Amino acid sequence: MSSNPQPKSLNTKRDAPQVRPANSDWKKWLGVVPFFLFVVLFIVLPSISLFVGSFQDSQGKFTLKNFVDLTDPTIFSAYWVSIRISLATAVGGGILGFFMAYAVTVGGLPRWVRSGLSTFSGVASNFAGVPLAFAFIATLGRTGMVTLILKTIFGIDLYDQGFKLYSFWGLTLTYMYFQFPLMVLVITPALDGLKKEWREACENLGGNSFHYWTKIGLPILLPSLLATMILLFGNAFGAYATALSLTGGFINLVTIVIGSQIKGDVLHNVGLGYALAFGMVIIMAVSMTIYYILRRRSERWLRI
Amino acid sequence: MKKVRIWSWFWIVVGVLYFVIPLIATFDFSLRAKKGQLSFLAYTNIFTDPQFWQTFVFSLEMAFFTILVSLILVVPTTYWIRLKLPQLRVVIEFISMMPFVIPAIVLVFGLIKVFSGYPFRLTDTNFGTYVLLVAGYTTLAMPYMFRAVDNGLAAIDVRSLTEAAQSLGAGWGTILFKVIFPNIRVALLSGSFLTLATVIGEFTIASFLVGIKAFGPYMSLIGQNKTYESSSLAIISFLLTWGLMGLIQLFARGEQTNLAGAR
Repeated sequence: MSSNPQPKSLNTKRDAPQVRPANSDWKKWLGVVPFFLFVVLFIVLPSISLFVGSFQDSQGKFTLKNFVDLTDPTIFSAYWVSIRISLATAVGGGILGFFMAYAVTVGGLPRWVRSGLSTFSGVASNFAGVPLAFAFIATLGRTGMVTLILKTIFGIDLYDQGFKLYSFWGLTLTYMYFQFPLMVLVITPALDGLKKEWREACENLGGNSFHYWTKIGLPILLPSLLATMILLFGNAFGAYATALSLTGGFINLVTIVIGSQIKGDVLHNVGLGYALAFGMVIIMAVSMTIYYILRRRSERWLRI
Repeated sequence: MKKVRIWSWFWIVVGVLYFVIPLIATFDFSLRAKKGQLSFLAYTNIFTDPQFWQTFVFSLEMAFFTILVSLILVVPTTYWIRLKLPQLRVVIEFISMMPFVIPAIVLVFGLIKVFSGYPFRLTDTNFGTYVLLVAGYTTLAMPYMFRAVDNGLAAIDVRSLTEAAQSLGAGWGTILFKVIFPNIRVALLSGSFLTLATVIGEFTIASFLVGIKAFGPYMSLIGQNKTYESSSLAIISFLLTWGLMGLIQLFARGEQTNLAGAR
């Protein structure tokens, strides 16, 4: 290990065939100190600080009132809208993404389609935030291309029908843009894991395609499907930049409320802001835990 | 089998339309800055705007430091854990997933709460704010960086390489920089480019810490008062993402490591 020449008497003792010399046992922990220092400073400390803050009133005394205040109708509806949009885009994006991934894996399409889809998914799942909002304003905004085409050619005026880009549906359609490519990326390996032999075994036993999917394919894929959709849920739930630029803040989402709270005490209660953030972390933590458990389950059948 | 294939094409076409239509609409919109004719005026306006270059360069710099800090933190740690402390692997994997549990908006909320007041007072100086920004970005980039580096290390025989280097008299610095880094440079490059793609247009953390100095908040400002220019920015930003992803594919030959970006 060391290139320094050492006295012979010492060397004979040191060169004993020990894999892990006992004296360096605590030293090896030094190697991970910088990383964990960073994590404690910039991840753990802020989290604990928000956690503690959510149990304090404006004088810094212990209280549970902030969590009671979360049931306030405006706050509650912020959570509710966030959850609904995340669910809708997770399911919608999940279904579209699944069928696309299905098409290029089991669906018998030429190989170039698959590599094209993988490139496009990588790009689209990373194309989010402010520019994505701009793109959808140019598409489905009041003077957007699709809005105008529907109006002039098909005679359908979206905005007369009550459609607004800064509403539930507008946001859902926009989020879908990064949701379904993410689904494609994550679910394709799972579909690859479906073995040909299973289908052949099913056919040998007299089963048709319907039997195969309902009795074999979907049950095996279900944990991965659900896991990925939960990932999509969390992905949409934490979105802030896209929602803010699309709506200018005119939608009651948890992230938007937290954003205005950081800029100034709009809730008139600092502790409530922290409780709001803490509530978000709880929802994300629960979904990530379910994701993790489902992922483990799916690995029993599929080696991903 | 024929029927199956038709449905396969159907879903691909639906997805491609979903992907392409907003891009066409945005591109079309970005060309209409001059009344009655198509022009690249919106693009010239953006490219001649000094603020565009200032904010873009600023975000590039922040991305550079983020990549540097991430590499310094993640590579030696992941390597060390693989070699000496395999029991910590679960822990570091869990930590690398934290950005999925703590959304950017909550992260920046916590960072401001802790570091703007006593005793740190980081937000009092520009330098302190940049440190905080890079720290936030490093956390955001952790999942990509860790996954990329971990995949890279899994593909090589870390133990044999280390022992071979040691038996030739190499110290830890030499092992890391001359043996490990070069062997996983593809993974490092793809992790770095993913980080760059995440950080360059990042809005949430930047808008609360540095505001209009960064590229994401600049785009947002343009969106509030310049319609055509915002479309051209969307196209520029899209091409940038495409370029970065293309580079990663070139290095990694289709191995995708990204899961989610900053929304």
